[in-house]
Amino acid sequence: MKVLVPVKRVIDYNVKVRVKADQSGVDLANVKMSMNPFDEIAVEQAIRLKEAGTADEVVVVSIGVKQSQETLRTAMAMGADRALLVVAADNVETDIEPLAVAKILAKVVEEEQPGIVLCGKQAIDNDMNATGQMLSALLGWSQGTFASELELKDDAAIVSREVDGGLQTIKVSLPSVITVDLRLNEPRYASLPNIMKAKKKPLEEKTAADYGIDPTPRLEVLSTAEPAERAAGIIVGSVDELVSKLKEAGAV
Amino acid sequence: MGVLLLAEVNNGELALDATAKAVTAAKLIGDVTVLCAGERAAVAGDAAAKIDGVAKVLVAEDASLGHRLAETTAALIVSLADQFDHIVAPATTDAKNVMPRVAALLDVMIISDASGVVDAKTFERPIYAGNAVQTVKTADPKVVMTIRTTGFDAAADGNDAPVETISAAQDPGLSSWVEDTLAQSDRPELTSAGVVVSGGRGVGSEDDFKMIEALADKLGAAVGASRAAVDSGYAPNDWQVGQTGKVVAPELYIAVGISGAIQHLAGMKDSKIIVAINKDEEAPIFQVADFGLVADLFDAVPELTGKL
Ligand SMILES: Cc1cc2nc3c(=O)[nH]c(=O)nc-3n(C[C@H](O)[C@H](O)[C@H](O)COP(=O)(O)OP(=O)(O)OC[C@H]3O[C@@H](n4cnc5c(N)ncnc54)[C@H](O)[C@@H]3O)c2cc1C
Ligand SMILES: Nc1ncnc2c1ncn2[C@@H]1O[C@H](COP(=O)(O)O)[C@@H](O)[C@H]1O
Repeated sequence: MKVLVPVKRVIDYNVKVRVKADQSGVDLANVKMSMNPFDEIAVEQAIRLKEAGTADEVVVVSIGVKQSQETLRTAMAMGADRALLVVAADNVETDIEPLAVAKILAKVVEEEQPGIVLCGKQAIDNDMNATGQMLSALLGWSQGTFASELELKDDAAIVSREVDGGLQTIKVSLPSVITVDLRLNEPRYASLPNIMKAKKKPLEEKTAADYGIDPTPRLEVLSTAEPAERAAGIIVGSVDELVSKLKEAGAV
Repeated sequence: MGVLLLAEVNNGELALDATAKAVTAAKLIGDVTVLCAGERAAVAGDAAAKIDGVAKVLVAEDASLGHRLAETTAALIVSLADQFDHIVAPATTDAKNVMPRVAALLDVMIISDASGVVDAKTFERPIYAGNAVQTVKTADPKVVMTIRTTGFDAAADGNDAPVETISAAQDPGLSSWVEDTLAQSDRPELTSAGVVVSGGRGVGSEDDFKMIEALADKLGAAVGASRAAVDSGYAPNDWQVGQTGKVVAPELYIAVGISGAIQHLAGMKDSKIIVAINKDEEAPIFQVADFGLVADLFDAVPELTGKL
């Protein structure tokens, strides 16, 4: 079985994001970019499926700007076999919306015929939490979102999902789109020899137009603003002082 | 045409707080029809009919709608979509599972986690873990959206809207429910509690987390946790507050042994009063705290519980 893993290039999760003064977006100049943390978990899971003999090939795909090559190389250094970059923008400020990403991915799925697609649950830049569900809908496949455990059995997957009330376990028929949550696994670091090896692994490049998909956004961003700031607080000297402050504020 | 609002129904019961807050947001757009779907949903439908501002309630009961499986629930919503311009739901994990699927089936974008309604086509939503707020205007003919409920007060009750029974869409038979491992608790629900006490990695063990729970019980509070506390096994996953956990905005949030990573702040920084207890005076949590106490939590928390 082939596993397809869509990976997104995003601002590193450790970077303090700054909104541009003219509210046209966030500052992407000279900031560290990395693979979306959830996607690292998806790549890790795919590699484990291959190591376990359940999968025979791991293909990673990214949609966006040329620079996403780096992200794909990282995935291949972790252990993915080959990569596909679908160029859909030339400006690094352009974010491709989940609907367009899902449409392109649906075409890639048609070509590649994977038995399972492992997406991240959410991209930490736009916080949409949508692409996997949309892809599943477009393909008419089952979906298993927010997976914290995944077990493949014949033509089905047992997925343990992190939901508001706790955990839910469902059985989804394959092929399926699974979106992965943070507790599914602990992703490995790529070793130096593997980073070198990844440079020789195949990375194919296509464009959104090759698939006949127009990535023009449906949502026009009118502004990107700083969130409301909180007023500065105080440091109290003791538990007694804390209790009296809370009483004064009517909080207890 | 109006707004179709997918209510949060768990085991036949309406999650009133989340649904009533979403009604407040939906009312800003148009007439609100609430959809209660589930294996059992009639009781939830009657409860939804009492929420002020609800024009009509649709109840769909079918075994295939139990457990809110995305494929069946999305198919039901799509079968109703012609009658509505807007399809919305409170941004729960259930809705985040279902609504993007609905949007793709209708060939429209999803607007996730809307925190503000500017007009019927224009909405605010947080991005980058709440480090920025985007105002977006949709060009789509229909709007499919989840609503971040912390930004809206719950609509009151006292209404008596008509309830209509409808049938489920055909079950595509793609997935089935196996089991739920749901936490049973007498404490208030995390996202609607007036007070939340959260513990982080600093608490150190599952056993010591009982200290956090004791403080919470003294205050009639819900218990929350940082991701580090959940990952370390001190607390169950449904207690996680943050970018990828729950978003809360109680009257009082007490963070104990939590450093205040941006991903945690994303889930609690709209709380009315924030208290932080941490032994490291440099911890970023103090930058958002109204009242900070630099202390060892193993001394401060029992003392605080005793003195309240
Ligand atoms: C994609 C992604 C998503 C994430 N989503 C979330 C999320 O939803 N929610 C979330 O919380 N995190 C999330 N995180 C993790 C986040 O980045 C932090 O790692 C996490 O919040 C840290 O938890 P913590 O504050 O409990 O632990 P730490 O950062 O280790 O802080 C522990 C604190 O306890 C204090 N302490 C220790 N001992 C004592 C003592 N005896 N008395 C008093 N204080 C003490 C220390 O001074 C320290 O400040 C996410 C990360 C990523 C990459
Ligand atoms: N541009 C993209 N290229 C590749 N994968 C993507 C892209 N955007 C989103 N994804 C995938 O979809 C998941 C959810 O993203 P989102 O719906 O944007 O929150 C991510 O974790 C990725 O697995």
